[in-house]
Amino acid sequence: MKFAYAFPLAGLAAAFATAAQAETITVATVNNNDMVIMQSLTSAFEEAHPGIRVNWVVLEENVLRQRLTTDIATDGGQFDVMTIGTYEAPIWAERGWLVALDDLPEAYQAEDLLKPVRDGLSHNGSLYALPFYAESSMLYYRTDLFEEAGIEMPEQPSWEEVREWAAELHDPANQLAGICLRGKPGWGENMAFVSTLVNTFGGRWFDEEWNPELDSPAWQEAIGFYVDLLGNYGPPGASSNGFNENLALFSRGNCAMWVDATSAAGKLYNPAESQVADRLGFAPAPVAETPKGAHWLWSWALAIPASSEKQEAAQTFLTWATSQEYIELVGETQGWTSVPPGTRESTYANENYQREAPFAGFVLDAINSADPTDSTLEPSPYVGVQFVGIPEFQSIGTQVGQTIAAALTGDTDVEQALQNAQRATARTMQRAGY
Amino acid sequence: MTTLKTKVLPADGHLAATSSGARARHTPLMPSAGMRRVWLTLLGWGIALIIFFPILWMVLTGFKTEAEAIADPSLIFTPTLESYVAVQARADYFKFAMNSVVVAFGSTLLALLIAIPAAYAMAFLPTRRTKATLLWMLSTKMLPPVGVLVPIYLIFRDLGLLDTRSGLIIVYTLMNLPIVVWMLYTFFKDLPRDILEAGRMDGASTFQEVVYLLLPLTLPGIASTGLLSVILSWNEAFWSLNLTSSNAAPLTAYIASFSSPEGLFWAKLSAASTMAIAPILIFGWLTQKQMVRGLTFGAVK
Repeated sequence: MKFAYAFPLAGLAAAFATAAQAETITVATVNNNDMVIMQSLTSAFEEAHPGIRVNWVVLEENVLRQRLTTDIATDGGQFDVMTIGTYEAPIWAERGWLVALDDLPEAYQAEDLLKPVRDGLSHNGSLYALPFYAESSMLYYRTDLFEEAGIEMPEQPSWEEVREWAAELHDPANQLAGICLRGKPGWGENMAFVSTLVNTFGGRWFDEEWNPELDSPAWQEAIGFYVDLLGNYGPPGASSNGFNENLALFSRGNCAMWVDATSAAGKLYNPAESQVADRLGFAPAPVAETPKGAHWLWSWALAIPASSEKQEAAQTFLTWATSQEYIELVGETQGWTSVPPGTRESTYANENYQREAPFAGFVLDAINSADPTDSTLEPSPYVGVQFVGIPEFQSIGTQVGQTIAAALTGDTDVEQALQNAQRATARTMQRAGY
Repeated sequence: MTTLKTKVLPADGHLAATSSGARARHTPLMPSAGMRRVWLTLLGWGIALIIFFPILWMVLTGFKTEAEAIADPSLIFTPTLESYVAVQARADYFKFAMNSVVVAFGSTLLALLIAIPAAYAMAFLPTRRTKATLLWMLSTKMLPPVGVLVPIYLIFRDLGLLDTRSGLIIVYTLMNLPIVVWMLYTFFKDLPRDILEAGRMDGASTFQEVVYLLLPLTLPGIASTGLLSVILSWNEAFWSLNLTSSNAAPLTAYIASFSSPEGLFWAKLSAASTMAIAPILIFGWLTQKQMVRGLTFGAVK
């Protein structure tokens, strides 16, 4: 009797499931401004390709990464296009999770893609993801404060100079920090910046035998410098600041200098989002011992998972969203400072872009001079400037990030923090069989 | 049972006396009782404000511009609907809301259908192992969901349940079942067995016993159990984010899509969250009497 009542309702529940439509591709992406623009231009794609409809799944970066990893590792087939970074592309390609993009149409002009970016998304000579936008890092500063203090920004600033300027301009009484830097722990947060700092101080994550070098003199010097600089001349609570928090601080006029992603330039130059748009200067990322690896290279790219059943439609979307034609569409409809930067030579040759985005040349130079295969003073076995291209790095980076944040807040001293980080990293690497 | 009740009643009467102003006027304790009442009222409001403040702040932030949302906190601003417009332009709220409604109510209904017979059997026909079974059921809640993510994902993939509402209904039903059974079990246990026995003497079948006696008598308890299950399903984020992509994504996935590591998003996120909690907030407000009655039902034993 009871079952007779239960069944019709279970059936009713099952009937609520929506049927899938034919040739609808599901695109998973992050909620960054450039992707929001891409989403808003979906209708332009659907008009040009009437046989394909696009469904969007937009998630925060870390949630997306975890969601995509679950799906791709279990061959779930929930997504036809995935947004991944330079970190995932080669690792996932090696495991056979991604479709190789060897037969791109002639009109796509793959050779127009910037070489370092293209290399970062390749594995064994094949391209596995197409870059949607790419970024390096650079130094932003307030021209009004520099002029007032009579400081002239050299063509290539050094970290020692940056420390002197930060000390001079630091004015906590007026809510002005000498410098803002990332402090929030995470492999993609503080460690992205810290890795470039370690690189330019002459350090590396691992020696050629994969032995961690986190307690080396170069790391000690770099982290000591970082803790001193940000602790003394940074904003209050710097250890909880990531990209977004610093962007907000700088655009409100609370930082004299900031070293972070080149993709912030468009936002800082936009008077609607930034109060310092008319007082914004920029320079290459500062260097110390070596210019190698002083600025990072990252790109958000679109890839097709091998589990997708609509690979052809997915590739059509990929080649549209990363094409020169798309970049022009964004420039014309959203303004040229909003175009996805860092992917194509043709973007930087475009007169409209050069006129509207005075930072264009810097960004191009920074990206072109970043070499993920040679980013440390002494040779290292890994690929990646601000990360190490191995699957274990996510957990290593985040763990080390936490110990460095603890050094920044003064919970441990630098030497102790690095010893802890070294031990933890050595243990993880040993367990992973290196 | 009866002795317990007589013990409780005077306590109730005493409480009513101190909290009633009319009664207090005739006692010499008037000034201190009055003051105590004022203090208790203030304290009540203070605690309510503290609990409600994050929600209030979220609602306010939703009506600010992105620049105002990250500026120094201020209560004075010109309200704007721009975040709501931006949020609606990016994602269709009603599609997500419909999924939430179907999944929350569907799973609650299914859970009640399974749990009522189960709780009936445990409350009225207990065996030696009933207690252990109940504890075992509850112990399934102690496993972190992420521990079974991959197996469930694989099963769902093979059954074609990924990104379907029925898939989510099944998971939510399983997730809430232990709590629903436990709550119903305690409500049913409070019901004097004599009433059911009387029904049986009059020739009622088990089914009639449940439908005509048990259910009407424990309705407040069943209602509050159902409401709790609806709220738990509505707010569940782990499974909904992991098992859906676009077709069956509920409001939790909708909220998640507005947070970002790059760029300003607080106003839009607040607007999306306000819209996501509005239905359940209104629902909870309309049914709060039922909720409180059910939750305190049999509380004084």
